[in-house]
Amino acid sequence: MTRSGRLGEFLPPLAFGLAVLAIWEAGVRLLHVPAIILPPPSAIATRFATSMPTLAADFRQTIQGVLAGYVMGSLAGFMAAILVDRSQFLQRGLLPIGNLVSALPIVGIAPIMVMWFGFDWPSKAAVVVVMTFFPMLVNTVAGLSVAGAMERDLMKTYGASDWQTLLALRLPVAMPFVFNALKINTTLAMIGAIVAEFFGTPIVGMGFRISTEVGRLQIDMVWATIVVAALTGSLFYALVAGVERRVTFWHASYRAKEA
Amino acid sequence: MKSALPIVTVVLAIVAVWYVAAALMNASLQRDLFANAGRADYSTQDLVGASLNMERPKLPAPHQVAAELYKLVFTIPPTSKRSLVYHGFITLEETLIGFAIGSALGIGLAVLIVSMRWLDRSMMPWIVASQTVPIIALAPMIVVILNQFNITGVAPKAAIAAYLSFFPVTVGMVKGFRSPDPLQLDLMRTYSATRAQTFLKLRAPASAPFFFASMKIAAAAALVGAVVAEVTKSEDGGLGARLLAGSYYGQTVQIWAALFAAAALSATLVGAIGFAGRLAQKRMAFP
Repeated sequence: MTRSGRLGEFLPPLAFGLAVLAIWEAGVRLLHVPAIILPPPSAIATRFATSMPTLAADFRQTIQGVLAGYVMGSLAGFMAAILVDRSQFLQRGLLPIGNLVSALPIVGIAPIMVMWFGFDWPSKAAVVVVMTFFPMLVNTVAGLSVAGAMERDLMKTYGASDWQTLLALRLPVAMPFVFNALKINTTLAMIGAIVAEFFGTPIVGMGFRISTEVGRLQIDMVWATIVVAALTGSLFYALVAGVERRVTFWHASYRAKEA
Repeated sequence: MKSALPIVTVVLAIVAVWYVAAALMNASLQRDLFANAGRADYSTQDLVGASLNMERPKLPAPHQVAAELYKLVFTIPPTSKRSLVYHGFITLEETLIGFAIGSALGIGLAVLIVSMRWLDRSMMPWIVASQTVPIIALAPMIVVILNQFNITGVAPKAAIAAYLSFFPVTVGMVKGFRSPDPLQLDLMRTYSATRAQTFLKLRAPASAPFFFASMKIAAAAALVGAVVAEVTKSEDGGLGARLLAGSYYGQTVQIWAALFAAAALSATLVGAIGFAGRLAQKRMAFP
């Protein structure tokens, strides 16, 4: 892709974003909206700059739970999918339940996890584990069934064992599905950790900061924390999407863009 | 219904694991209780039996949750503040209002985005990016801000439910309206159909599968929004308020009952949309 093509792609959303910020700033100042309701972007930026240490501490606290839960939940979902894959019976039984669980308000287990694992980050990680497990399970099982009959027959003519077929054929073609789950899970992990902090945490963490500063009507601090959460979420997603591009470069959705 | 047997087996296995886990997790607590009561002569059987019937267990056994659900749903009049039906209706109301507003706005914006190129190029990247942001973090603030305007009760929670369901609907419906392939669009052009006609006769019907998929996601998201909003403003009741109250007072059985009520609500909503989707699929014959 050429340089100007890229620029043309980025310019309109950038202009739109800046326009929203400008209208927000001007509107708040002209209409004299009180800062407790909606602080202007400049105030949020100032607050962001002056509260860096607090925001960094909150970030460190929350990201521990996010990452630990994300890795454990996704890994457990992946392993469970490989085990389930061995049995048609289990697949038929677990998949509908997995799909159902994905639609449930799992964040509700947050108070239970806080009781079991205490106020610190392990309880947040536990919520994230449960939230990320099922999307990974369902997607990986779906991905493992993608390899066609022809390709499987070919593996059989090579005399490949089940495990060899799994490693050489079925797992690689399942990767787009696995990464789809990994991408869904980045958002779920952030949501799980932040909402779990609403239910109890040591006096640090993004969810804690949001709920207490709302109580103290320091809305600019709330917005600054939301900026951190938004940046973290997007960067996390972008990171996973970047790895996906490396791993599944052969997939049609990437080849089409380069052609 | 060839998957009925596997599903039942898996469910039974989960219940069995749950019982074992409950016995193991509660045993140490129950041992302390026995010790405090001065009892030392209990058998393993006593210990397990008592562990599964504690008043405030770490993990309540399935039958305790079932009994609590039965008590709170059927034996208490639905007008009582202790009834789960009462709180469930509050949550359901917020969810449905929010879901209706959120999906209507989402579909409306999708229509605008599909019909106006500049909107698509300037706004769509932001809407897609918003999917990667934990927007639920805004929930407590929205409640407080609306409170400043004296908007209380159902409205703030419905607002949060609405904006959580808004983004997935927009993204899904834009995809749906764009799903007709160039060949079909060319055909409409050879008929010299206007843009509005193309939209009504081709794009809108073609988006039906995407519509039902987004509605399912939106309903589930709206319920999560309503429950989380109730946690941040718990004095008006609702299932989220029950969760919070349970966690304040260590009433684990109550938490689990509220959790199951929320799960049942979500499953019913998503199931109803899925059913409507299958009916539409039969009549419209989409894949």
